[in-house]
Amino acid sequence: MSDKKKELKPNTYKFDTLSLHAGYQPHKNAGSRQVPIYQTTSYLFDDVDHAAALFNLERGGHIYSRISNPTVGVLEERVASLEGGTAALATSSGMSAIFLAVMTLCEAGDHLVVSSQLYGGTVNLFRLTLPKFGIKCTFVKPRDTEGFKKAIQKNTKGIFGELVGNPGNEIMNMPEIAKIAHEAGIPLMVDATYQTPYLCKPFEHGADIVIHSLTKWMAGHGSSMAGILVEGGKFDWMQNDKFPTMTKPYEGYHGLSFAEEFGPTAFTMKARAEGMRDFGPCLSPQNAWNVLQGIETLSVRMKKHCSNAEEMVKYLMNHESVAWVSHPSVPDHPDHELAKKLLPNGRGSMIAFGIKGGKEAGVAFINNVKLASHLANVGDTRTLVIHPASGTHSQMDEATLKFAGLSHDMIRLSVGIEDIEDIKNDFEVGFRAARKPRLVSNQ
Amino acid sequence: MKFKVDNNDVFASTGGRPFDKKKPLIIFVHGSGLTHMTWVLQTRYFAFHGYNALAVDLPGHGLSGGESLKSIEEMADWVSAVIDAVGHKEASLVGHSQGCLVTVECTSRYPDKIKTLSLMGGAGAIPMNPQLLSLAENNDPKAVDLMMDWAHGPAGHFGGHPVPGLYHINTGTMLAKSRTIQNTLGVDFRACDNYKNGFEAAKKIKCPTLSILATDDKMCPVIEGKKLAALIEGSQIDIIDNCGHMMLLEEADRVLTVLKKFITNNYPPLSS
Repeated sequence: MSDKKKELKPNTYKFDTLSLHAGYQPHKNAGSRQVPIYQTTSYLFDDVDHAAALFNLERGGHIYSRISNPTVGVLEERVASLEGGTAALATSSGMSAIFLAVMTLCEAGDHLVVSSQLYGGTVNLFRLTLPKFGIKCTFVKPRDTEGFKKAIQKNTKGIFGELVGNPGNEIMNMPEIAKIAHEAGIPLMVDATYQTPYLCKPFEHGADIVIHSLTKWMAGHGSSMAGILVEGGKFDWMQNDKFPTMTKPYEGYHGLSFAEEFGPTAFTMKARAEGMRDFGPCLSPQNAWNVLQGIETLSVRMKKHCSNAEEMVKYLMNHESVAWVSHPSVPDHPDHELAKKLLPNGRGSMIAFGIKGGKEAGVAFINNVKLASHLANVGDTRTLVIHPASGTHSQMDEATLKFAGLSHDMIRLSVGIEDIEDIKNDFEVGFRAARKPRLVSNQ
Repeated sequence: MKFKVDNNDVFASTGGRPFDKKKPLIIFVHGSGLTHMTWVLQTRYFAFHGYNALAVDLPGHGLSGGESLKSIEEMADWVSAVIDAVGHKEASLVGHSQGCLVTVECTSRYPDKIKTLSLMGGAGAIPMNPQLLSLAENNDPKAVDLMMDWAHGPAGHFGGHPVPGLYHINTGTMLAKSRTIQNTLGVDFRACDNYKNGFEAAKKIKCPTLSILATDDKMCPVIEGKKLAALIEGSQIDIIDNCGHMMLLEEADRVLTVLKKFITNNYPPLSS
């Protein structure tokens, strides 16, 4: 026998196991193997003392499903575990998660630095709606890392961006931008919807708050709206006086200081105690359960999404009807090397491509594909296509479209997990139709 | 709140209520490498029910200044100094893990000051695994990951935090990594490993004492907790099934219920 001592290794559960089990203990739920759907608005108090204790945050538990719900709680813990976060708070949609994160962080008079390449709805939130609350934003192109630094003002409370921008696939240099944020004593908030924790864990690259639209790949089946914000737990809210609502006594909870009392979970505790109480964007338990079903197969699906996407990239790059293809797996994509570092398990299943013939050809393509669905969503198990300039980003004017990196020939493709040959065959039908008007006009 | 002990800043959470010298004092002492935040599901209750609940950050930990103390005996004297520093003559002590060694030693040294003693996941000695000790002293984050693995029972590994949305293991990891590992966990582990006086100290304790133990505690197994409790006159034991060493989070409600009954019976709150 060897006398060499066995090296100690932590035996905490790994990603695929956590996807199925984290946040749930059957023996505390009548032995139910599946997570029960707690379809209830409210919860019995043992006595008056118990009720007071719950309202005062003296003990954990549920009061009213706007604030928390046991089924939703399992989802929150599961996502926190997968992201490597300390805590999470699920919301009714990805947009409400972004809004809640901003309102937890900011007050009137505050400022945010924001990546310019975002989902159209998010652009409008930052550009048009938040200013109504006295919160102003400076937009910076995602590849302009120094631009983020220059845009920081005295009243800046955070940096926000999509890790991979929608729909142009520009990647933020998250580690560098995190450094810039932390040097300024502010947190970095990252929307990592396109990646899911299977492809990237932003906390490992310096992010402080991660946001997902769970509606997309996490739920994965196009059935349910949901969002979540996840806290990394490393950001020190007490390092400066920029965040008085986190560090000073809060009147709404008997003078509680969230940072002192809850430390690495302070942001989530405040978002729940204040934000869910006052804004109420709660997730329904049924939708939480639907998302949990999706997360059970997250890694299996993401592998197939990514392999199909890489096949589609090759197909599109060699196609006569395609002018250009944007996907981080393409060697000449400006962020190809950065993507290798940040997305080692796959570059995601979102592809943007330009169709020859511009807007007219794009419309013909979209109107003629039969397997790919034309709709305003991404991250379904099914392949989805849209023409952003006339769909998701149609509320933008010409200048804003240009600043967001959009063009009229761009088709956004969310690659599903169908058989790859069937997707290609469907695209052939679309491309033939797209060429037809041009062939006619050339005659 | 902040105050000074030995000219160093000390931070202690007051459970969200202002410190009030008229109220009886309970001091909560955290385990190796951790901070006051491990006690949030116990302190807030007592703070709202007639007590000054002080969850301290040991020197060099959490939000406290100074350097980590190198021995359990020094930590015991420091806890006694905290009682003086906040202007009290007596206190009830609650300890977890290493905090049990500290509070046992403190109670044996200052029997007139300590009115009740509550031990969670305690033992008379906590010898450290040499590899784990070495990793912590060499600032290797693997030491924290191993501690979090062993500190949670099989059920706790799945999560199920009593506060919706919080995930035990990652929260504990962040607390333990919030300061330099070798200066907190490394020093604490060495202090635990060196401490040999637990059983002798226990024999001197005469105040009401409660030991809360957990069936799946790998770090301080039930058998070790029972050995310690057997040496303390009139000691009570409560054993929690299906729970690991982090019982104050894994089974926070059960712990609070037992603790509440024990402390209020033996060291009553200031009635409102």
